[in-house]
Amino acid sequence: MPQAIDIDEIRPLLTDGAQLIEVLPPEEFEEEHLPGAINIPLKQLTEQATASLDKARPVIVYCWDYQ
Amino acid sequence: MSPRAACRLERLGFTQVYDFVSGKLAWLAMGWPRAGTAAAVPNAGEIARRGTPTCALDDRVADVAATVVEAGRDVCIVVSPQGIVQGRLRGRALAETPEATAEQAMELGPTTIRPSERLEPLVERMRRRGVGSIVVSDLKGRLVGILYREDAERAPEAARR
Repeated sequence: MPQAIDIDEIRPLLTDGAQLIEVLPPEEFEEEHLPGAINIPLKQLTEQATASLDKARPVIVYCWDYQ
Repeated sequence: MSPRAACRLERLGFTQVYDFVSGKLAWLAMGWPRAGTAAAVPNAGEIARRGTPTCALDDRVADVAATVVEAGRDVCIVVSPQGIVQGRLRGRALAETPEATAEQAMELGPTTIRPSERLEPLVERMRRRGVGSIVVSDLKGRLVGILYREDAERAPEAARR
């Protein structure tokens, strides 16, 4: 079960090496994103698109807000 | 969208999946670093003047005024013990009520903006309302700095040079 985290929890996870994925459309990602994030839009979240990520390491996913 | 993406990642075999539910909006509202094309243009948090004096609710105005003068500033932000913005002391309130506490003399609940606020529409609103400066606070209500309209008016042009 994915774990919901909020603003106080994200930075320690990133410091510990968590991978960061923005699932918004590419144009929104290009305009502004969190440093270190990669962009995989929700509709493209496939085995192939995530192949470069390490499945054993934590991964954080985000969009704009509570959508 | 992110809850669906988080479930999808688990389905793909990721074992430690976190859903940052408040998302990009919250990150930017904290004034934290950002990347992307928009990052080339400064936002409110990036040009707000830091080092604004702060004081506690129970501090004497006379002491606060001395701190403000010493810092070469014109304003002091009154904060709670947790660092949350409660009020603003400036001008006559600083000069005319030396024996009052900051809480008694402060302007209660000054308007604040988030660090992620874009400058051009903000400057337009400040001009329309005759506002020379505004308090910038983060998502949790903690002081980031003071944004002066003169700084904001100069900043977008500077970014384009």
